[in-house]
Amino acid sequence: MSTEAAPLERPRSPRELFIAFTLLALQGFGGVLAVAQRVLCEQRRWLTREQFVEILAVGQVLPGPNVCNVALMVGDRFFGWRGALAALAGMMAVPLAIVLALTALYAQFAALAAVAGALKGMGAVAAGMIVGTALKLVPALRGNALGLPACLAFGAPAFVLVALVRAPLGWVLLGLGAAACAAAAWRLRARAGSPR
Amino acid sequence: MSGPFALPLSAGELAALFAHFLVLSLLAIGGAITVAPEMHRVLVDRMALLTDAQFNASIAIAQAAPGPNVLFVAVMGYQAGGLVAALVALVAIMLPSTTLALAASRWGHARRDWLPVQAFKAGMAPIVIALLMATGWILAAATPGWRHLVLTVAAALLVWRTRIHLLWLIAAGAVAGALGWV
Repeated sequence: MSTEAAPLERPRSPRELFIAFTLLALQGFGGVLAVAQRVLCEQRRWLTREQFVEILAVGQVLPGPNVCNVALMVGDRFFGWRGALAALAGMMAVPLAIVLALTALYAQFAALAAVAGALKGMGAVAAGMIVGTALKLVPALRGNALGLPACLAFGAPAFVLVALVRAPLGWVLLGLGAAACAAAAWRLRARAGSPR
Repeated sequence: MSGPFALPLSAGELAALFAHFLVLSLLAIGGAITVAPEMHRVLVDRMALLTDAQFNASIAIAQAAPGPNVLFVAVMGYQAGGLVAALVALVAIMLPSTTLALAASRWGHARRDWLPVQAFKAGMAPIVIALLMATGWILAAATPGWRHLVLTVAAALLVWRTRIHLLWLIAAGAVAGALGWV
């Protein structure tokens, strides 16, 4: 994309990572991934879309919260374990205080119809933001070694199995994920032109 | 809600909570929410630390609040045994998975030119994007009715095609919901 042509920036210190991830987490209602993509790739420009998808891939196959894994890996890439801790702490510290304060107040809020309605509306928007983020990442597949048709051939069943069939994620990753990686390995090997 | 005035859990109960969440951390592929049924079995059915309503409210509160959804684990701990239990639960659910993620990320980054690592990145990319779409779908489908889908589709289009600030979208959703339009 022409808008992504400018060179990448990098954070100056773990402190900047902490602040960036705190601000990012505070914008993430109902999930932080949409905001993370926006801030890391478009506003701060610390990652390309392709790098974001790569880091997310590792975050997805490993156990644990995806966005926390992403924060950890981004922080580690720039400043080692200090960066990893700074990014993860930024992601969690202030939101933790807020969510616990909300819990303490929840009993009074819960009865109000307007509050329940607002939560429902925010939930609907959060779901849309995740779908929109996914659509925005599709161009990152353009240079993929699999090629676009194969990407679709692996992506579409993954969506159907998880969203519609509600198959367990672990099995989808193990089955389709392994098949996709094998296909990619085959293509990469063919492209490199080496038989072994 | 027991809140800050809850009786602190016994050391044995805290240890059981810690040990249980340490194990769940390594099973939580796709996020801590994927092991919520197992947490329900232990916290509600077996240890009776939470009621059903408290369990469900924990997830709802964390999703409505800013920040990663895994904080619902801290909310559960808080409702079961105050601040100490909140921190015990959160540290236990994070420690194994973050350690593993850091190690795996370094291992992969050091071998980023190695064919299997490249194949993993290329092969997983379409699946990662499909899983994101599936997550949005599942969240939208969890609410009965159809009127909220108007908001979902509008938000998806705006995020995809514009650079509108995401907080405006969330605020619009909150207002529409509070007015009873959703």
